[in-house]
Amino acid sequence: MTASIQIHRSLPQQYLLRLGDTCLILGQRLGEWCGHAPVLEEDIALTNMALDLIGQARALLTHAGRAQGFDEDQLAFLRDERDYLNPTLVELPNGPGRPGDFALTVQRNLMVATLLKLLWQKLADSSDAELAAIAGKAIKEARYHQQHAADWVVRLGDGTEESHRRSQDALNALWRYTPELFEADAVDDAAVASGLGPRWADVRADWAAEVGEVLAEAGLTIPAESPFRSSGKRGVHTEHMGYILAEMQQLQRAFPGGAW
Amino acid sequence: MNEAVVADTTRARKAWAVLATVLDPEVPALSLRDLGIVREVVDGGETLEVVLTPTYSGCPATEVISQSVIDAIDGAGLGPVRITMQRAPAWTTDWISDDGRRKLRDYGIAPPGPVMPGQGVPIRLVGRRAAVAVACPRCGSDQTEQLSAYGSTACKSLYRCVACREPFEHFKPI
Repeated sequence: MTASIQIHRSLPQQYLLRLGDTCLILGQRLGEWCGHAPVLEEDIALTNMALDLIGQARALLTHAGRAQGFDEDQLAFLRDERDYLNPTLVELPNGPGRPGDFALTVQRNLMVATLLKLLWQKLADSSDAELAAIAGKAIKEARYHQQHAADWVVRLGDGTEESHRRSQDALNALWRYTPELFEADAVDDAAVASGLGPRWADVRADWAAEVGEVLAEAGLTIPAESPFRSSGKRGVHTEHMGYILAEMQQLQRAFPGGAW
Repeated sequence: MNEAVVADTTRARKAWAVLATVLDPEVPALSLRDLGIVREVVDGGETLEVVLTPTYSGCPATEVISQSVIDAIDGAGLGPVRITMQRAPAWTTDWISDDGRRKLRDYGIAPPGPVMPGQGVPIRLVGRRAAVAVACPRCGSDQTEQLSAYGSTACKSLYRCVACREPFEHFKPI
């Protein structure tokens, strides 16, 4: 029972897992702030957003596993690293040290919340009724996440000398992981063909416009394009993924079926 | 709200009345009916089906709410009951009843305004002063400011009244 599950990875399942794992892994990262955020209000905000993301992940993983008879917990806790299909951006640590850097966290939240908001808008018309229902709910939450992140990106970017410098450092560190979000492949093509959902690439122009507007307001400079391409959506992760999974999975691997 | 679609039996009507007494565990000023999360009550002959909709995807109260519905319906002798969670159409704070809004205000929570159709458009860069004035539930002043976008639960944010200096919670419109 402690063994990993083997998932089939059909194209539509991969499409759902990319969405579900994006929510799951960012939710886990935001949860790391619990008890450590710079001020109490932000501790509450980050953990509430983590809660929304975990809730969305639960619905998406439940849906993704149904055809093969796996439940949300099996997919969350018993997959091997290569079967997680989140983009690399969300698995990166919250910044140097523990609990990390608040500037980096809000920069990443802006990038991911903007992406998810735009995807949910299109997914609300999915040919898959369950996915459309999940999207209809999640879009309301993603709007708040985006708003919250945008407010902080502007406040810090247009703040003190130190907050500006750390915001620009965070943007420089994260930006090269954003092209991966919009790389289309057979998974996206199949989703478009079946009406399951859009290519993530289809929201790139809107994403760049919305994120760009906030970064301009914040007085931050968008880094130059980099030839580097991350590959988390294909299951090839950074060294950080093993650590995050070890923390997430330890309990279920040590005490199979454990519940409270 | 959805009462028009109720399979209109005495048992279903009684169940609706019972559900008006089941309180939300996180905002105990409101019943589940005030909150607008009871979508349907269907008398299936043997089993009574209560269809609920979640407020937020990750709302941790969902399981508690389901159990309190089962306990209340069973307690009223109307069981056996089955809970069905239905996500679509997504719950909106517009479904909170007028009575529920009054109860929220009396409880010290500023009720949500109408959900703005403009929520789908690009980001509003707002400062700490909200784009739409939220009236203080204590003194009624609209000279209020947001302290935090999130509050003690996912559905609320924190405000303070500049006029009476009291902090209060605001039920976010979604």
